[in-house]
Amino acid sequence: MDDLLREFLTESGEHLDTVDLELVRFEQDPNNQTILRNIFRLVHTIKGTCGFLGLPRLEALAHAAETLMGKFRDGMPVTSPAVSLILQTLDRIKVILAELERTGGEPAGVDEDLIGALERMSEEPVPAPEPVPVAAPAASGTLVPQVLERALKPGEVSLDDLERAFRDTAVEIEAPAPEALAPMPAPEPVRPAARPEPVRQEAAAAAPAEARRAEPARSEPQPAAESESGPVSKVQTIRVNVDTLEHLMTMVSELVLTRNQLLEIARRHEDGNYKVPLQRLSHVTAELQEGVMKTRMQPIGSAWQKLPRVVRDLSSELGKKIDLVMQGAETELDRQVLEVIKDPLTHMVRNSADHGIESGAERKSAGKPEKGTIRLNAFHEGGTITIEIADDGKGLDLSAIRRKAVERGVATEAEVERMTDAQVAKFIFHAGFSTAKAVTSVSGRGVGMDVVKTNIELIGGTIDIQTQLGAGTTFTIKIPLTLAIVAALIVSAREHRFAIPQVSVLELVRVQPGTDHAVERINGSPVLRLRDRLLPIVPVAAMLGLDAPDAPASTDEGFVVVSQVGRQRFGILVDGVFHTEEIVVKPMSSKLRHIPLFSGNTILGDGAVVLIIDPNGVARMVGSGTASGQPGEIEAEAEGDENAGDQAVTLLVFKGGGDALKAVPLSLVTRLEEIDASKIEWVGGRPLIQYRGRLMPLVPADPAQAMKRDGAQALVVFSDGERSMGLVVDEIVDIVDEVLDVELVTERSDLIGSAVVRNRATEIVNIAHYLPLAHDDWGQPTHRAVPKAPSLLLVDDSAFFREMLTPVLKAAGFRVAQAADAEEAMRHLLGEARTDLVVCDLEMPGRSGFDLIEAMRKAGGRLAEMPVVALAGTMAPDSIARARALGVADCVAKFDRSGLVAAVNEIASAPLDAAA
Amino acid sequence: MMAANTNTAGTPAQATGETTDYVTVLLGDELFGLPIDRVHDVFIATNLTDVPLSPPEIKGLLNLRGRVVTALCLRRRLGLPDRTGDGRNMAVGLEHGGEAYGLLVDQVGEVMKLANDTYEPNPVHLDTRWRAVSRGVHRLDGRLLIILDVEAVLAFGDERPAATAA
Repeated sequence: MDDLLREFLTESGEHLDTVDLELVRFEQDPNNQTILRNIFRLVHTIKGTCGFLGLPRLEALAHAAETLMGKFRDGMPVTSPAVSLILQTLDRIKVILAELERTGGEPAGVDEDLIGALERMSEEPVPAPEPVPVAAPAASGTLVPQVLERALKPGEVSLDDLERAFRDTAVEIEAPAPEALAPMPAPEPVRPAARPEPVRQEAAAAAPAEARRAEPARSEPQPAAESESGPVSKVQTIRVNVDTLEHLMTMVSELVLTRNQLLEIARRHEDGNYKVPLQRLSHVTAELQEGVMKTRMQPIGSAWQKLPRVVRDLSSELGKKIDLVMQGAETELDRQVLEVIKDPLTHMVRNSADHGIESGAERKSAGKPEKGTIRLNAFHEGGTITIEIADDGKGLDLSAIRRKAVERGVATEAEVERMTDAQVAKFIFHAGFSTAKAVTSVSGRGVGMDVVKTNIELIGGTIDIQTQLGAGTTFTIKIPLTLAIVAALIVSAREHRFAIPQVSVLELVRVQPGTDHAVERINGSPVLRLRDRLLPIVPVAAMLGLDAPDAPASTDEGFVVVSQVGRQRFGILVDGVFHTEEIVVKPMSSKLRHIPLFSGNTILGDGAVVLIIDPNGVARMVGSGTASGQPGEIEAEAEGDENAGDQAVTLLVFKGGGDALKAVPLSLVTRLEEIDASKIEWVGGRPLIQYRGRLMPLVPADPAQAMKRDGAQALVVFSDGERSMGLVVDEIVDIVDEVLDVELVTERSDLIGSAVVRNRATEIVNIAHYLPLAHDDWGQPTHRAVPKAPSLLLVDDSAFFREMLTPVLKAAGFRVAQAADAEEAMRHLLGEARTDLVVCDLEMPGRSGFDLIEAMRKAGGRLAEMPVVALAGTMAPDSIARARALGVADCVAKFDRSGLVAAVNEIASAPLDAAA
Repeated sequence: MMAANTNTAGTPAQATGETTDYVTVLLGDELFGLPIDRVHDVFIATNLTDVPLSPPEIKGLLNLRGRVVTALCLRRRLGLPDRTGDGRNMAVGLEHGGEAYGLLVDQVGEVMKLANDTYEPNPVHLDTRWRAVSRGVHRLDGRLLIILDVEAVLAFGDERPAATAA
């Protein structure tokens, strides 16, 4: 593409954004000649450039819009439809520009519709130019609606319009130049226009005035520089490619690293010769870093530019009156950060306008001013930038959210009642269920806010809500100024070092048993008493599985890094604390990005690579994002990471047929769905539903259960490869973590047994019973031609797991034998029955899985070569290494059902003789 | 840090047909070849930083001239037991998707120029794990050279390779 054209595109894009903004302001303040002149000039510039570059379509559009604006300038009352029409025209221009950018040429098409409408609008009888001084003050503030009385065909008026347009253009071309040069144009029109100004300023709240003042300050020098490239020297700017800046930033990052390295060396060597130049280098580097950072900084206002337009369109669409007040638009932040928060901000403002602000009538009856206000505020605070989005609308209906949370199964009724308002408000960030990976939301609100939260957390930010019913809602977003270089605290845990971003560190507490600050335990979960409050403690070593399984329990000695994410406070227990360092954040390798506890890595001064701990990830581990460090929650919170050895199982609890609670391990569930019961189809007496482009059979959880004919029907979807089935349930009750003690029952095939879940007797459902009901061939290995089903020995101490995995393995095409411990397994292996493959739990009481495999390898013959798939409760590197050393074919996490099936299939599909 | 050795004395040059250069690496006695255009450098991997909770194939991260390199163990990738005894951690530097990887091997051998006429596809009964990462075999004098597919070697973790029946 032509350089000239590219320049034009960038420039026009900027101009159009400004015009958008200015027009909305102009609509509210139709007598402000400065704004009008500004808009006029920008559109004129676009038009002129288009003509120069030979873009007739754009030129015609810009010209028609300009003509109408010329009318405004001549005193035509500014109406909402007219402004809408101009905005529409600008949108069309943007579309054409986008096309132009893509293809390099103006797209074919006609804009007669818009041009015609614009021309008709400017045709409207206009009060004579002379009486303007009288007419304008009368029109100020209120909007005089102008209705088009007759619809003219474009062809009918074109000649007339053309003539008029020519006449207008002739005037305009002469007019703007002297106007732009002279600070005070013709005194006649200006004075009357200027008079109402102070009145309006007084009437308006102080804040909007401030925001308005900030705006023109930014936009005014721009058009001046464009239209009059005179001899007057302005602020010198050049356009620099973003890539160039990015590259510069990378190089500076490297320089910072090298400097850190040199400083580290200087610390160790007492050679005075280096000290002075090093000091100098350090200073220069710091200044350079600051300078380069500055080039990447952009005012947050550029992310806000579209908002006045969004709010205007929404308010006319929804029939609400909304004022958008923006403060601190000049607050600067890194452009990378800006990019990420742009969309969330728009989304949140949209939400505030749509859901927050009530209709005019509602507001009046609530005794509030008819016009709602959305207030955006940005300011610096320490190393972070704070953005507030506040509305004076109806506030969040917390009781409704509580109800919804229970309905959707995000929390139980009892839990919801215990929660504080702030915690409840945070439910709007949930994408339905908290265990989002296995289960997705049914639909509805909250999905968008979930994305907002994710985006903000992605850049290390936090979001908070304050809400008051009837008074409004305020969202507070805190984000770091920049992502590239952050201050971090270097800590150690066992022999590893980690970096924790300084932003989220509140304080450091030294803990030692027997002192005032000692870690105590509630049911095994560590907590710390800190200024009369209990702080949940996350020991880093345990969280990351740094300790060997047989290592002695941690001594609870070291330092607690008190951190805060949102309103949630927690302590990270580390062994040692070194120093703070400016670190250059490098992204995590794509192979490691799935680990939620790390946000990146960096190279320290001594050249070592360390991982950066993500406090957001830790917070999620502590309390799945909703807890606030309330003492009441601690017991539940830390269970997950502390008692991994106890094999807590995440269960989905539901009701189906009768009042008895039923449960199924969540790991087997593919998805939870809520469907419209009227969509259920019956084929051959069997219920089916169209689901993701396929037919999915439905099976009631209880044969006696009546399927609903209308309304919402809850489904639990199970999938295996391409096949799915929907288990029809009455109600999804909860998702719980429980250490299961299953009492097996043998007389019913639909149940594995019963267990106590949250102090209630619950039936554990045997999914294997339902699968054949849905697909007759499920459970038979039809998709693989296996001459003789390989036989498999499943060794696990937990009866529950044996029952759970057997149907899965059978479905994968194996004959399955079971053994409860190593002795039984060895007896089976040495016995008559043929065994091709062993699936073995590594952690068993008594003789562990390792012992069994060792015994097998020692036994020689077939057993020495027999493939083994190990099931590991925790994927500790040591145990995996040990398993590999014993020639274990694969290690699979205990809950990873598909991983297990893939692993055994892989072994079975390899020629068995070759393996032996 | 040493540059890749450019000794081409591996095989008698076959005058006919196209030839490809391979960097050879050793795991125990097994000989593997990596296409030379994919190999950035060969270095000794030191000061590895463990990554807790990482897939077993990843041995850790290291700093190579200011870049963070993900060290990947070829033995574990191929399902071989870890090397016993110590020795230098030789690594072959690879680039994939803009990220730097270091493939840890027992030893790095010479660069071989091989003609297509010694090439053969994978034997059918080769272990699936190996078959997934191998592009074929070259018959050398007295031994075999397994050609590694760099893309396939680095494709793990995202999804467990589906078991294919064959």
